[in-house]
Amino acid sequence: MAMPAFDKTEYNYDIVKFFTLATCFWGVVGMLVGLVIALQMAFPQLNFEPYLTFGRLRPLHTSGVVFAFGGNALFATSYYIIQRTCRTRLWGDKWASFTFWGYQAFIVMAALGYVLGVTQGKEYAEPEWYADLWLTIVWVAYLIVFMMTIIKRKEPHLYVANWFFLAFIITVAVLHLGNNLNVPVDLLSAKSYSLPSGVQSAMIQWWYGHNAVGFFLTAGFLGMMYYFIPKRAERPVYSYRLSIVHFWSLIFIYIWAGPHHLHYTALPDWAQTLGMTFSIMLWMPSWGGMINGMMTLSGAWHKLRKDPVLQFMIVSLAFYGMSTFEGPLMSIRAVNALSHYTDWTIGHVHSGALGWVGFITFGCLYYLVPKLWNRDEVYSLKLVSIHLWVATLGIVLYITAMWISGIMQGLMWRSYNEMGFLNYSFVETVAAMHPYYLIRSLGGLLYLSGAVLMCYNFYRTIRGDVAKNEVDKEGQPRQAVTQVYASQPVHVS
Amino acid sequence: MNDHHDKDIDELSGIETTGHEWDGLKELNNPLPRWWVWVFVVTCLWSFWYFVVYPAWPVPGGATTGTSGYTQFKELEASQSEISARQQVYLDRFQKAEFQEIMNDPELYVFAKAGGSSAFKDNCATCHGSGAEGGKGYPNLNDDDWLWGGRVEDIYTTLLHGIRVHNDMDTRQSQMPAFGRDGLLKRDEINQLVTYVMDLSKGQDVQAQPGHVLFQQNCASCHGADGKGNKTLGAPNLTDAIWLYGGTKADIYYSIFNARGGVMPAWKDRLDEQTIRQLSIYVHELGGGEETMRESDPAAVPMTPPPAVSGAADDQ
Repeated sequence: MAMPAFDKTEYNYDIVKFFTLATCFWGVVGMLVGLVIALQMAFPQLNFEPYLTFGRLRPLHTSGVVFAFGGNALFATSYYIIQRTCRTRLWGDKWASFTFWGYQAFIVMAALGYVLGVTQGKEYAEPEWYADLWLTIVWVAYLIVFMMTIIKRKEPHLYVANWFFLAFIITVAVLHLGNNLNVPVDLLSAKSYSLPSGVQSAMIQWWYGHNAVGFFLTAGFLGMMYYFIPKRAERPVYSYRLSIVHFWSLIFIYIWAGPHHLHYTALPDWAQTLGMTFSIMLWMPSWGGMINGMMTLSGAWHKLRKDPVLQFMIVSLAFYGMSTFEGPLMSIRAVNALSHYTDWTIGHVHSGALGWVGFITFGCLYYLVPKLWNRDEVYSLKLVSIHLWVATLGIVLYITAMWISGIMQGLMWRSYNEMGFLNYSFVETVAAMHPYYLIRSLGGLLYLSGAVLMCYNFYRTIRGDVAKNEVDKEGQPRQAVTQVYASQPVHVS
Repeated sequence: MNDHHDKDIDELSGIETTGHEWDGLKELNNPLPRWWVWVFVVTCLWSFWYFVVYPAWPVPGGATTGTSGYTQFKELEASQSEISARQQVYLDRFQKAEFQEIMNDPELYVFAKAGGSSAFKDNCATCHGSGAEGGKGYPNLNDDDWLWGGRVEDIYTTLLHGIRVHNDMDTRQSQMPAFGRDGLLKRDEINQLVTYVMDLSKGQDVQAQPGHVLFQQNCASCHGADGKGNKTLGAPNLTDAIWLYGGTKADIYYSIFNARGGVMPAWKDRLDEQTIRQLSIYVHELGGGEETMRESDPAAVPMTPPPAVSGAADDQ
């Protein structure tokens, strides 16, 4: 079958570059705020009223890393992958450009609201109604750009990564609309009230909250994984059948699992049971992505030894596997009785966020940036390796501190003596957690340092520098080719 | 491009691909890993078993109840009944016994202090500190200096009705005049009194001081001619070195000029009777048992035990 010719220079890389740079910027900002609030937990004196208190900075951190860092990474990679795997230029340059500026405007709108105390008070859905409406417009534009590119594709089939991106875009739209059914107090007021109330509102919130993890941080990033791992490893995807079965089972089952966030609450028992069982059934569908990613290296495991970029991607899958096992475990009602409301939850989220979402993004960016700026490799693979180890150490410190502190806290809460009296008051559990808060902050500092190192590496890459005395991913000496790049027109967005 | 009629075999693994290619990417046609399928099936079977045993599906008029009859309320009751059973061993005797009996019964005394300690950390430590060490405006409960009396019955009354609680008729009530703000004394007179009470607290002979007359005229009616205070009025002893609101010149000047009047909540509607009794004994014991109950004292609080209350754990 003859394919129509396509000149690769026709791809719209400018939009991908914009989103890539935004990813780096917001990543550092979001992680920095994370470090600040970790320190606020350890040293309450660091709260400065009213703007810089934990209550206002916490959503700044979560939205910063999830929607600003993660969201921009998803835009960048989905726009790159859809073009390359459909062998066509991204549809609608102006529309795509609108999604960039529109999305950044949403982030700024949301962030300003948090600091000024404007919030809906729903976790991960804190932006008020005006920002929600704006995001809806931007998101519909995103869907249109993505769909139109698919429609004008020059490949007969749709690559697996794009199924995941499409599921992510559509489901996030549905979630966003469902959980933001709010009525503004009046059109000049930032304040609005949730249309559903009580336990219905809580149920909708956690249907949203859980699937923000499921479709934003899992499905979307699996899309990245399905393109960049086979690309970097230069191997075919392990199993087409597994990708189909785990895609559909993941999509179908994930959407039911939200109620496990509301164990032992006013939510009826039956809804809790459903949420828990669907979380258990979700275990293998989640692992399908990990198996497919890791097994893609079968026959090529030796590549992992020398290539820190591939190491980032594979370590991310290991953390993905770990946290998607831990999640179902914590959804079991009896386990949740211990873990709920403790730092164990925070540790779980961060093994997924730092280990999976962060690492797969770093790995993909290390592949993507040289491609976008027409370099054969990043400035220094040695720095990539340092980033990998500093960040991994950071994650290990973070999650082990939270496991210990969380399980300790849960056990202290439920501990009572032989006479039937509680052994510890709440404040004693807080005092006991102090050392772990310090360790967590140190872990966060290491992770942030790694991200800063990455930005420096990209800065030098974009400038066209090549580190001296380094080897490439095959272990061959790299030549300092600065002058070659310098003689070419370098178009930096 | 591959011809669709020919099989495209990956050289490295010898596995057939699906024959599609995107940007150089291919897919192997490997089957689903067996173990993956089986674990998936097992998690599904386990979930179906759960649907049968536990409340799981909404049906008209409610939801399936499950064969186990589980509800989270039953689970709560079961864990609370274990706590209540442990307390009940002592609680029957504790309810019937008077304070002196409890304090003479080693087992009940330990029980009372354990319950009091637990309740103290959750309710009192916020102001009095987790070690009951107090702070500015919040009395230290470890010393033998008692504003409203340190007998266990006094502490019990203070706990029940609080201090200066506006809607409790039996609350501890008194108010020192704001001597400066209300123009009762001039500034230099207040200064003389400050010097006087500071020296008084150091145990010096203050009879000859100019503040002596002022003290006798304005302060002695509550704090006593000797400055040793009056527990029925909550008037602090001024002859010791303990200062609730600080012992610097400025602190004392402020206290005389503006007066003080700290508030403690009444706990009778917040904690159950037996918890308040446990707290009374606990706090009494913190104070080193400085003031034990006198046998002859007729003011011993008559105990009319209410119907069984299952204890602190029910408050959670």
